[in-house]
Amino acid sequence: MEDAATRVKDGDVIAAGGCLFSRTPMALVREVLRQRRRGLTLVRNLMCTEGEFMMVAGAVERVITAWMSIGLPWGVSKIMREYVEGAKVALEEWSHLALGLRFRAAAMGVPFLPTLTMLGSDLVAVGGMKTVQDPFTGQTLGAVPALFPDVALLHVHRADRFGNCQIDGYPHMDADIARAAATVLVTAEEIVPEEEIRRHPDRTIFPGFLVDALALVPFGSFPHECYGLYEADFDHFESYTAAINAQGSRAVIEYLDRYVYAPAGFVDYLDLFGPDRLRRQHALARELT
Amino acid sequence: MTFSPAELLAVMGSRQLKNDTTVFAGVGVPLLAAALAQQRHAPRLTMVIEGGIIGPRIKPGRLPISTNEMRAAHRAQMLPGITDTFLFAQRGFLDYGFMGGAQIDQYGNINTSVLGADYWHPKVRLPGTGGANDIASLCKEVIILTAHEKRRFVPRVDFVTSPGWLEGNGSRDKAGLMFGGVSRVVTTLGIFGFDPGTRRMRVEALHHEVTLETVRANTGFELLTADPVGITAPPTADELDMLRALDPDRRFLS
Repeated sequence: MEDAATRVKDGDVIAAGGCLFSRTPMALVREVLRQRRRGLTLVRNLMCTEGEFMMVAGAVERVITAWMSIGLPWGVSKIMREYVEGAKVALEEWSHLALGLRFRAAAMGVPFLPTLTMLGSDLVAVGGMKTVQDPFTGQTLGAVPALFPDVALLHVHRADRFGNCQIDGYPHMDADIARAAATVLVTAEEIVPEEEIRRHPDRTIFPGFLVDALALVPFGSFPHECYGLYEADFDHFESYTAAINAQGSRAVIEYLDRYVYAPAGFVDYLDLFGPDRLRRQHALARELT
Repeated sequence: MTFSPAELLAVMGSRQLKNDTTVFAGVGVPLLAAALAQQRHAPRLTMVIEGGIIGPRIKPGRLPISTNEMRAAHRAQMLPGITDTFLFAQRGFLDYGFMGGAQIDQYGNINTSVLGADYWHPKVRLPGTGGANDIASLCKEVIILTAHEKRRFVPRVDFVTSPGWLEGNGSRDKAGLMFGGVSRVVTTLGIFGFDPGTRRMRVEALHHEVTLETVRANTGFELLTADPVGITAPPTADELDMLRALDPDRRFLS
């Protein structure tokens, strides 16, 4: 993990896979924070607690996203408000599809993609979407530029030792992000024998030749969810946001000390939640899938 | 029969959805309204959810908090990924877009991004579009569900996150948006549509015991009126029972 994360350099554009509190590469995010990177741009289609951690830790100067907060019951992110309203971090907003198409364009190796979305809105000026004429009909289309991240941080269900990766359930944007990024770092819930991947190659979402580093990290998204394996720990979000409501960003500084900087390894980190909590979240996931 | 404002919205919203159609539904009240329609009069309504989910059956009591989690994907028919899910809408397969909004103007434009004049130095930073802009741009018909308050119903939104009819008249077409547009705004006071020419908002129906004066007092711009203005039937016991069974913890209904 430490070795994998050294591939992230100050000032890099990093993209995190998953979506909101689903399949967030939490172990990798944690490691990037432990290495005290600075000046990063974090790209994530819907941003959650990991975005708040990066803001408060001083790791990011810009975020590119369609939406940021934790989830409806917890209201608008107070951390986002403090950092963006105070102009400490720039928030570059794209529509969800437009951001997906920016990864898709990069994944396809083309400089832009045409689209019908986002036209006419004030979002056009924020990120600099342009319009193009269809050379065949003359119709006006939106044009979104390819987004090639320096580093992708991804968490998957299983991989073999060559980095052939499989995801269960909703794939989010991970397949495009893996193709788009220059360097791809992956954590997996499970490392399986090569033969197991070969038995179900249709489930492989990106091939090993895209992957630069792979680490085995069970519960690697926790307290966010991983489809079929564990549900997001909403009680944890509840206490996390309650602390922020009481103390503002100071609560996140304390949280980072406790959950990011103090535990040396991810196993020590998971010990803070305890085995009963992990078992309960696993059982909740089994009820739904 | 007593009911909360959110219950009124969910019931009135559910009545807008026809059977054998597809709806792109946001979480919270829109999703509840779609699930209620599915149980009552639209069993073959297909819900599409922005986390990359097609045709889920929401498990009562386990309502999703977000658009991308196992609760939202329960017993889904397909999980195509987020970008490809939106592309079904761009291709024209989505009959309805069903969403809420922080700030709405007389042309049905919605702001969920920033309050204040300068995007980069906002007075208040809101969560952002998520998929709302895409739903508003790409669904064939957009229905907005929102509480009716003067501070929400403004002449001009500070920032157009999701396009309604933009500046009215033909401005939406001119911007390159090939189809769609806001057809209905369902609020806690009534049901609103748009004049087919100017595209300005107009009152189409009032909820039981709501007067036009109350609506005008809670709206920050001049409203047109349809002729005649209808009156909606109040939520029935049957509708409310089904709705409450979906959200027994009243996470979204209170």
